[in-house]
Amino acid sequence: PRCTFWTLVPAADGHQEWDSNSRLARSRGVAFSYLAVGGKDRRTSVLIMDPECSRLLPALCAVLADPRQPVADDTCLEKLLDWFKTVTETESSLQLLQDHPCLVELLSHVLKPQDVSPRVLSFALRLAGAFAAQEDCFQYLQQGDLLLGLFGEAGALGWSAWSIPSVRSGWIQGLCALAHHPSALHFLADSGAVDTVFSLQGDPSLFVASAASQLLVYILALSMQGRDAGSPIPEVAAWPVCAQKIVSHVQESLHSTAAPQVTQALNVLTTTFGRCRSPWMEVLWGQLSPLVASLLKRDPIPAAHSLVDLLLSVARSPVLSSAACGPWEILAQTLHRLSPTQAGPLALGTLKLQRCPQELRTQAFGILLQPLACILKATAQAPGPPGLLDGTAGGSMTVDTLLSSKSACVGLLCQTLAHLEELQTLPQCPSPWPQEPLLDAAVIILRLCDGSADPSSSGAGRLCGTLAGCIRVQRAALDFLGTLSQGMSPQESMLQVFAILLKNLESPESSPTVLKKAFQATLRWLQSSVKTSGCSDLSPDALLFLGELFPVLQKRLCSPCWEVRDSALEFLTHLSQHWGGQADFREELQSSEVPMLACQLLQDPESYVRASAVAATGQLFSRGLQATPTSSENLQAQQGLLMDLMYILSTDSEGFPRRAVLQVFTQWLRDGHADVARDTEWFVTTVLQAVSRDLDWEVRVQGLELVQVFLTQTLGRFRPRCPYAVTLPEATSPTPHPEFLRTLCRLPLFEFVFRALFDCDRPVAQKACDLLLFLRDETAPSSGPQETRDGPNSASVEVALQRWQEGEQGQPLGDLEPEAMLALLRSLDLEGLQGKLAKSSDHIEKSPQSLLQDMLATVGMLEENEADCY
Amino acid sequence: MKIRLYCLSGHPTLPCNVLKFKSTTIMLDCGLDMTSTLNFLPLPLVQSPRLSNLPGWSLKDGSVFLDKELKECSGHVFVDSVPEFCLPETELIDLSTVDVILISNYHCMMALPYITEHTGFTGTVYATEPTVQIGRLLMEELVNFIERVPKAQSASLWKNKDVQRLLPSPLKDAVEVTTWRRCYTMQEVNSALSKIQLVGYSQKIELFGAVQVTPLSSGYALGSSNWIIQSHYEKVSYVSGSSLLTTHPQPMDQASLKNSDVLLLTGLTQIPTANPDGMVGEFCSNLALTVRNGGNVLVPCYPSGVIYDLLECLYQYIDSAGLSSIPFYFISPVANSSLEFSQIFAEWLCHNKQSKVYLPEPPFPHAELIQTNKLKHYPSIHGDFSNDFRQPCVVFTGHPSLRCGDVVHFMELWGKSSLNTVIFTEPDFSYLEALAPYQPLAMKCVYCPIDTRLNFIQVSKLLKEVQPLHVVCPEQYTQPPPAQSHRMDLMIDCQPPAMSYRRAEVLALPFKRRYEKIEIMPELADSLVPMEIKPGISLATVSAVLHTKDNKHILQPPPRPTQPTSSKKRKRVSEDVPDCKVLKPLLSGSIPVEQFVQTLEKHGFSDIKVEDTAKGHIVLLQEAETLIQLEEDSTHIICDNDETLRVRLRDLVLKFLQKF
Repeated sequence: PRCTFWTLVPAADGHQEWDSNSRLARSRGVAFSYLAVGGKDRRTSVLIMDPECSRLLPALCAVLADPRQPVADDTCLEKLLDWFKTVTETESSLQLLQDHPCLVELLSHVLKPQDVSPRVLSFALRLAGAFAAQEDCFQYLQQGDLLLGLFGEAGALGWSAWSIPSVRSGWIQGLCALAHHPSALHFLADSGAVDTVFSLQGDPSLFVASAASQLLVYILALSMQGRDAGSPIPEVAAWPVCAQKIVSHVQESLHSTAAPQVTQALNVLTTTFGRCRSPWMEVLWGQLSPLVASLLKRDPIPAAHSLVDLLLSVARSPVLSSAACGPWEILAQTLHRLSPTQAGPLALGTLKLQRCPQELRTQAFGILLQPLACILKATAQAPGPPGLLDGTAGGSMTVDTLLSSKSACVGLLCQTLAHLEELQTLPQCPSPWPQEPLLDAAVIILRLCDGSADPSSSGAGRLCGTLAGCIRVQRAALDFLGTLSQGMSPQESMLQVFAILLKNLESPESSPTVLKKAFQATLRWLQSSVKTSGCSDLSPDALLFLGELFPVLQKRLCSPCWEVRDSALEFLTHLSQHWGGQADFREELQSSEVPMLACQLLQDPESYVRASAVAATGQLFSRGLQATPTSSENLQAQQGLLMDLMYILSTDSEGFPRRAVLQVFTQWLRDGHADVARDTEWFVTTVLQAVSRDLDWEVRVQGLELVQVFLTQTLGRFRPRCPYAVTLPEATSPTPHPEFLRTLCRLPLFEFVFRALFDCDRPVAQKACDLLLFLRDETAPSSGPQETRDGPNSASVEVALQRWQEGEQGQPLGDLEPEAMLALLRSLDLEGLQGKLAKSSDHIEKSPQSLLQDMLATVGMLEENEADCY
Repeated sequence: MKIRLYCLSGHPTLPCNVLKFKSTTIMLDCGLDMTSTLNFLPLPLVQSPRLSNLPGWSLKDGSVFLDKELKECSGHVFVDSVPEFCLPETELIDLSTVDVILISNYHCMMALPYITEHTGFTGTVYATEPTVQIGRLLMEELVNFIERVPKAQSASLWKNKDVQRLLPSPLKDAVEVTTWRRCYTMQEVNSALSKIQLVGYSQKIELFGAVQVTPLSSGYALGSSNWIIQSHYEKVSYVSGSSLLTTHPQPMDQASLKNSDVLLLTGLTQIPTANPDGMVGEFCSNLALTVRNGGNVLVPCYPSGVIYDLLECLYQYIDSAGLSSIPFYFISPVANSSLEFSQIFAEWLCHNKQSKVYLPEPPFPHAELIQTNKLKHYPSIHGDFSNDFRQPCVVFTGHPSLRCGDVVHFMELWGKSSLNTVIFTEPDFSYLEALAPYQPLAMKCVYCPIDTRLNFIQVSKLLKEVQPLHVVCPEQYTQPPPAQSHRMDLMIDCQPPAMSYRRAEVLALPFKRRYEKIEIMPELADSLVPMEIKPGISLATVSAVLHTKDNKHILQPPPRPTQPTSSKKRKRVSEDVPDCKVLKPLLSGSIPVEQFVQTLEKHGFSDIKVEDTAKGHIVLLQEAETLIQLEEDSTHIICDNDETLRVRLRDLVLKFLQKF
């Protein structure tokens, strides 16, 4: 085969890497394979079509065309198609076909479909489409009437396999792919494909139906291509035939009484308006908007969801939103007409618009607020400032929804709360924001859920019965309440919020998920109370609340449900992170049993809880908030937290607690925690000894992180850099402090990092590589490789490394002298390794050649397999 | 015929109803309302100076004639006497006529000795084996608790109606105090239990051939059952104390409750707002917090039931909570039997526990707690317990009313320290009332009622699933609880609305019996020749003798017409078979007037007039002065003594009708 277009770019050292590497990769399952001595650049380039692939292609086409061969599974065909698409994106399809006649043969063979399996048919249709996307290739395929044979009425449509959805889907996707140039448009118009697409919009397969609508959008856009420049856009009646046909089909569908047809039409319009910004869309919308508006007069409104999507798509379109026939009036009508549940998403979408008339925004916001206003009204709460209860015309509909059934009520409330929550965090958030009524509403909903609301009306009684114990609403309301903490709230409301939060945290009825949300909301409100009190201290109200919170937290830490213990510990960690330094907080915490209970949970049977307990006690410890010793046993426990964590690190059977310990240790090292700083070398040695044996790669990565912190700190200690020094940065001496190097060699640090470099888990190796690069740059940045090989024991170390690389990790590295260490660092091709590691480990298996080989291997077409056949 | 329900108990979870159905009288459960004991002073095992020194109560006018009977403690008045129980209504129906008693679970049989031993009852009691065994333990414990503290005094003055009026609440409002009875004896218990016949789930028991009763698993407790009472055309389901939660018993059989005419629903959860899972969590957390602070935990409980689940929960929890070194004590005269019984009723357990038996492992983990000495059990505080007793500890003991049993001693012992906690898990007694005679109390009180019986959401799902035609339930279930009158979700909501009952009420159940099943003997059936009179409907006439015995009805072939003999008369008497007459054919069909008139004309009748009437037509043969009245279900030929004419006309009419 010719290699003009798909030349093999050989590796720098001349030999072809694909073969050797892929075999190696298969046999060992490891992608990178060398420790290059000398640091040559051996990067390989990505090959798209190489001679080997060209060689395999005819055999593969033969297999695909042969009905007796078991066809490879769908994923292989998908991958193959993806590969062809990549090839045609960068190369000429025509050339590809001319170079590989087997491809055209395959496509021609498909014309006799009785011989071909449906999945190959579908594949061939899509492949033909991908090739025909280029106009010259399209012409080439047309010459042999191949395209008409495949896509025309005599083609796929007449096959018995047409009844299989994947074939119909392949037909549409093939046409989608080729609809890219004017010739394609003529082809589509002449072949009668558009009518077929119309009928496929109602296909029983949702994938086919949705792809059909998509194709119509393509065709419409293609036929209107190039009509935007200069001259004004004519009316639809003067549009190209194909476009007219589609528009009138959409019009007919909009007139239809069948909801699915209306949905199809609306979906086509939504996609059209969403994807392009050409002026002809204004004409189209001008023609169709009365029809869309007329949908609102029907009862019930058909395809309400699709209508909402369309209107938002129109409103977001810069062309249409500023047009004379803009969408605002119809939007207002729709908001008015839709049911509360349907109107919610439209109202939110409207409020999120960048440009929108203020009046409409007010209407939309009113609709979003309506359900909460109804709740407030039903429970006889003060309705809040005027505006919140405006638009009461639709109010009765909302009340009906809330009272009609449990699912309707819960659905509407959850949707409303989620919408308002989303809205509050956006820059488009309406102003003024009715913070107080919304707070009241959130609180009253939570009280309805826990059954503590005192209903004054029959409606409220019904609501109470509906919402009592409803976990979904509780979670949504707590999320919303948490978001409301961002706004300014009067003290009275804060007290109310703290009370309901406490009730939720305290109630035995709160489910673990509700509790978690309650903890999150509590944290946000405590943070906001700091904000309102003006300084970083907690407000007096918050402090009072804390006094009641700790007994509850105590109880939760003793819960038999591990999720609850876990969330309580996480909450404790956050609390002490934020306020661990404050006297009032410390006093409250230390007078409770919380620190002691957290310590006890280090032995929890559930690993997640142990991990959270490690994080919490680590945090408390670093803040000096550990359990106050009440007995000799506790005293010992307190002194031994470091040892406890060490014990967990070396013995815990689960990964999570061990990871948590390393995170705590790294933080302690970073913060210079007293227990660590007392003997850092001992600390690092002990930790690394435990981590090097760990089976969890995340623990090993975290161990490397700890090494990095240690290196940075030690380096800083031996080379103090004054930020105000006059010397230029480059001028500082690159030679490391001898004591620094001696420190490194004294610890088992290198052994750990080098082992990590050959770790079978890529992230570990990557991290180790980065670390060594950092170390090399810090110690010997400019030395060349040649001068480095004369170290006293570098040879033996190299031998050891070589062995490690080959998988024999038993041999120890041996003692390292600083010079040998430096020499070793320089001799390693760390950049090369970094490049290799950056690729995913399966990059060789992902190569097209490997794909072709695999597909052929499954049918026994490869030579070596043939030899085995007898 | 109407079906009647006599409601003898007003307590929704301790029901006692009598169903009169098809000549049988069936008592459904006989629960004993023990809340009456809350009006009495506790019975201390060890002399309690505090209790014995309580001041006597005097009337407002200063009269002190009641001060021996009534004592005052922290503003509450208690009867200083042996506790007494409120029995089911005994006057509403003659209980000696009760044929059978069906027991649904061991909590609902505590009044059994009162019924079987003192009313002339001669019938049979049906219950499952675990129900009987554990019921026996509960009764034995109760008798033991009361008998081991002999109390000479039996107060009765206060029950006098005129005196009771003057007493403070709740004594003033106590109902039917004169019928309150002291506890039965062990002898009565044994005698009552000897009348029980054991049954298994889904076993069909024939009662006099009239009805069939079947126990179904109800998922609430070991051996707990719901009952189906059915005849061939009627089905009454009795649902009592059922649970859909996955605890230790076999799951509830819901499917068999379908197609009921009436579903009698009792024994729902007493704490509808508390979810058992949350309560177990609360129980564990409070237990751990107390023990960690060096305090003791007291759990007043029954010796069977929820305690198994609590022990199982603690088994999983104590290690995680660092409580492995804390001793758990279970003190009850029947503690040992209860723990052992639970392990041997494998077939009555949920699937999970059943499968353990094949491993083989004990189904409940409390066996391991006992083996590892974490759980120890004693018959009472006397003896071994006092040697082993170590604090802090957790004690499970009865009685949950806090009026008798070893719990009284622990309340007196630990009540003064705020380090200790009493955790109420049984929902049968108001914890505030239970604690009243121990006030002032320093120990912490936690209320975690664990009631696994159906809540209203589950009931509404159950009713949707089994779709009974009518629901009957205690009146308490047809309105929200008084303390939460706004919670419309805490009541039974079904269509048609549930029919409610209260104590001492007689209900006519809302359906009538219309059909009875009659069997046809095969040889008689063989002789029938059905004729299709409409597409899909065939009829045959039957001449037979109806034989009724033991509520079964059988159609037998009629005796062959016998040759008249001289001894004819005697024979007839001996065989008691009615005489068999020659049968005339039965007619069916309708007569089309126009065709009939045409036929008449063909046969020579003229001057025919047809008149429409409200029910049909009159054909008037003016010439013959004859009327033919054609109505939907009758035809009359009225002519003046002309028999030949009448026969002619009759034959013409008959031509239009089918005969068989």
